[in-house]
Amino acid sequence: MLTESTREIGNGKAHAQGDAYLRIDSLWKAFGEFIALKDISMRISEGEFVCFLGPSGCGKTTLLRAIAGLDIQTRGTVEQAGKDISNLPPAERDFGIVFQSYALFPNLTIEKNISFGLENAGLSKSAINARVTELLDLVGLPDQGKKYPAQLSGGQQQRIALARAIAMSPGLLLLDEPLSALDAKVRVHLRHEVKDLQRKLGVTTIMVTHDQEEALSMADRIVVMNHGVIEQIGSPTDIYREPATLFVADFIGEMNKLPAVSGEAKTVTIGRKAFKSAGGEIPPGKEVIAAVRPEDIIPHGDVVTEPMEEPDNSITCRITEMEFLGSFWRCRLKCEALGEHELIADFSINAVRRLELAAEKELVIEIPSNRLKVFARPAGE
Amino acid sequence: MSVTTSDNLPKGRPLTLKLGRDDLMMRGFILVIALYLIITLAFPLYAMLSKAFSTFQFDLSQVELQVSDQDGNFDGTILSAEALNAQLGAIPEDEMATSNDGRLSLTPLFPDFSFRSPVLYKIRGTTADTVYLIGSDRITGTDWHELDSNTFRRVVLRPVQSVGLSNFTTYFSTPSLFRSIENSLFISTVSTIVTVSLAFAFAYALSRSCMRFKGLFRLVAMAPILVPSLLPGIALVYLFGNQGMLKEVMMGESIYGPYGIMLGSIFFTFPHAFIIITTALAISDARLYEAAISLRASAWKTFWTVTIPGARYGLISAAFVVFNLVITDFGLPKVIGGQYNMLAVDIYKQVIGQQNFEMGAVVSVVLLMPAFVAFAVDRQVQKKQVALLSARSVVFEPKPDRKFDRICFIYCTLIAIFILGILGVCQFAALVKFWPYDLSLSLKNYNFDVMDGGGWEAYGNSIKLGLLTAFFGTIVVFIGAYMVDKTRSFRVGRGLFQFLAMLPMAIPGMVLGLAYIFFFNDPDNPLNAIYGTMAILVIVTITHFYTVSHLTAVTALKQMDGEFESVAASLKQPFYKLFARVTVPVCMPAILDIAIYLFVNAMTTVSAVVFLYSTDTALASIAVLNMDDAGDIAPAAAMGMMIFYTNAAARILHLAVSKGILKRTQAWRSR
Repeated sequence: MLTESTREIGNGKAHAQGDAYLRIDSLWKAFGEFIALKDISMRISEGEFVCFLGPSGCGKTTLLRAIAGLDIQTRGTVEQAGKDISNLPPAERDFGIVFQSYALFPNLTIEKNISFGLENAGLSKSAINARVTELLDLVGLPDQGKKYPAQLSGGQQQRIALARAIAMSPGLLLLDEPLSALDAKVRVHLRHEVKDLQRKLGVTTIMVTHDQEEALSMADRIVVMNHGVIEQIGSPTDIYREPATLFVADFIGEMNKLPAVSGEAKTVTIGRKAFKSAGGEIPPGKEVIAAVRPEDIIPHGDVVTEPMEEPDNSITCRITEMEFLGSFWRCRLKCEALGEHELIADFSINAVRRLELAAEKELVIEIPSNRLKVFARPAGE
Repeated sequence: MSVTTSDNLPKGRPLTLKLGRDDLMMRGFILVIALYLIITLAFPLYAMLSKAFSTFQFDLSQVELQVSDQDGNFDGTILSAEALNAQLGAIPEDEMATSNDGRLSLTPLFPDFSFRSPVLYKIRGTTADTVYLIGSDRITGTDWHELDSNTFRRVVLRPVQSVGLSNFTTYFSTPSLFRSIENSLFISTVSTIVTVSLAFAFAYALSRSCMRFKGLFRLVAMAPILVPSLLPGIALVYLFGNQGMLKEVMMGESIYGPYGIMLGSIFFTFPHAFIIITTALAISDARLYEAAISLRASAWKTFWTVTIPGARYGLISAAFVVFNLVITDFGLPKVIGGQYNMLAVDIYKQVIGQQNFEMGAVVSVVLLMPAFVAFAVDRQVQKKQVALLSARSVVFEPKPDRKFDRICFIYCTLIAIFILGILGVCQFAALVKFWPYDLSLSLKNYNFDVMDGGGWEAYGNSIKLGLLTAFFGTIVVFIGAYMVDKTRSFRVGRGLFQFLAMLPMAIPGMVLGLAYIFFFNDPDNPLNAIYGTMAILVIVTITHFYTVSHLTAVTALKQMDGEFESVAASLKQPFYKLFARVTVPVCMPAILDIAIYLFVNAMTTVSAVVFLYSTDTALASIAVLNMDDAGDIAPAAAMGMMIFYTNAAARILHLAVSKGILKRTQAWRSR
């Protein structure tokens, strides 16, 4: 993983190693005996939007706080814009931060909140006022300056917190679960706003989240973390389509995980049936996990009418249960040849109608070999 | 996962944060306030403990003597004083033990000594460190001094100091002293059981019934907090004393003694128990009661299976607080205890009455034990109750029940009559010319300037003490709490500070006051200058009431978003700007609460200041004590009621100011 995590994958742009805006090298964090972060290294380019994604307790917030200097790391270095900031206190670093709780000063008006950092930066009163007005416009709340935070809705408060964080044009914007305290609808709406704002300002941004949808829709690059280590760094599509580890495959999106045995030439045997797979570096004869996403399973009806791309990777199943989820059907499939393991497949409404799928009906499904991933089986499973 | 990632932290030193200006300033503040607490708390306590364990003894082996014949000729025989005494038994062994300022004359060693005889004496020390006195001259060293009989009469030995338990041995072999332990435990236990039961019923009636005048009852229940603990003692004297209005009720028993102390203790500890139990009852979950009803549990069963378990931490906490208050209280048993000895009064008697400071220190150590246990248990319980509080629960709303409401109302009325009766009797006594012979009203008892105790000046001093304590105390406490809560890392310093801030609660006022004598009255202490001034009274009062104020401040600070400091740092703003612009305004209600708490307690406290006031700094609460002591009971009652009215006025002012400030500075609270 180390090679992967130190690799530079900069937003499509080809960055030389020295170009990275933020460099983290061999960073460790220990709380007493507990190791919260293990040997974290990464590069973040200027203007990039990076998400730290992982379950709670994976160390993502710890890493953010180390970058901010709020809780410094036990070992390792952090460099920002070519300057080693590893042990600087937060006040001597260059960042703006937004917390889940907004942390707006409750007794100061919105204007005063935003201008809190501007007041002794050598600006004139009118310059400060102009900047505050500009920022309020930027976050779409031009008339709210005289109100107190408690008079605004959660989403509005979060936008004010954002305005305050970018008021001094910091080089780095840190967002610690900024949207998790909001209603589902407001959250989706704010995702776009935050992303737009970030693009407009071009500020390098790190956002911590446990919400995979949020990460997939907002980030240029996602850092998936678990148990204090980086599992994978990559673009949202990379992470989704080419998960590097079983953890990533399982954590992001739905995934069928089937115990299997690896075979020669990228084949894998699930139950009694051998499939061609996307392969990997696993030698033949190993206990593995074969994984395929529900939406990658292609349905064919009980009699195959359309030509199949990979007839070898098809199998006959019976639908045991169908669940309508709005834009698609989620089906549970029982396949004789696969043993007792059930498959979950998401079929489009179109396909269900066209193939007249229903519970207890038989059908043939095809699992595209390039969508069938094989991972080493973790100990104990 | 990767094989290149090792699971072990690489060897080497952990990265240390470069300290910013803010960090250094905040640490500086912590250290300054910690130093303040060390000087005003830790050092005095250490001085007291070392006093309790230091003993003084005459050591005859320190001197050697020669005696001449009738003509004044010495034959050169050197007599050891120790050997002489062993031979004669002139000075018995138990007279060798003494106190710091004990002095031993050597003439008993010479049975035929006469100050008129022409016999001459020579004396010298056996070591260079020996010290003895000839008259008032301090002599050291091993040189011979020749003296005539008349001068030899004035030679005295000074005691030698050593460390040991002998003070405690003396204490426990003096029945009149260690009986107090039994008395104190007995009185405290009984008072605790009665007070907690009464307060529980009162709080239960207020929170579980729909009776009328709840606000008024709540107000009355809090009144005893505004008066010194010795005031109920005075009222009880008027009610049940030798010339009492209701003397017959006592059926021949005397109010001076355990009955008086217990009754008075119930009065002055009632509000403390009431507050704690009310909080405990307020957090109980209505859903549990709904469940009990749906299970058809009887009201009686519900009470024992839902109400009592839910309030158990509150009850335990209240019990220990009351126990602690009673066992450490000094004013009440002093006024109404008669011959019934209590530990806190023993300290006073040993120190003020007999000037036996060592024994006072020993009693203090004994008194520290139950106080410490009560304190430790209370802290544990408080922690558990916090956990209960954070649980999500539905607030209980009582439903009207005519019979139950009427019983509650009658009960609360009885308690209110008891409290108001005590206060009313004091006020009445203060206005009557000469109880019980001339019942016409007059203000002559308010002519404090003609009585012992310091007069109106004492009252002025008390207000001054209250204001100074409230002002400086609030600043020190709040800044201390802020720093300890917000400083990053610096675990050792913060831990030490927390410990010091919690300690005062476990130290009885008498013990603290005595400790201050030992520490600040020491001529070698550069801080000796503040002894006998208003400053030491302010300091001891702040220290005495530090813990509750500190906890109030910490609670308020904990309710603020923990990330304010992080945000301010990211905006490159110093912490003091955040502190002044955000923290203080947001915490203003708590700050005012601390101020009024300190003021009221400074007005009523007796125990810590009784050892430390001087004629220039006499206090109203002390004046009550001294006037009562001198037999001027009516003026004592009058002064006590002055304290009550002052505190009541301060409370009302506090309420008005709080509301005003809230309106002006806390507009943000309303939507």
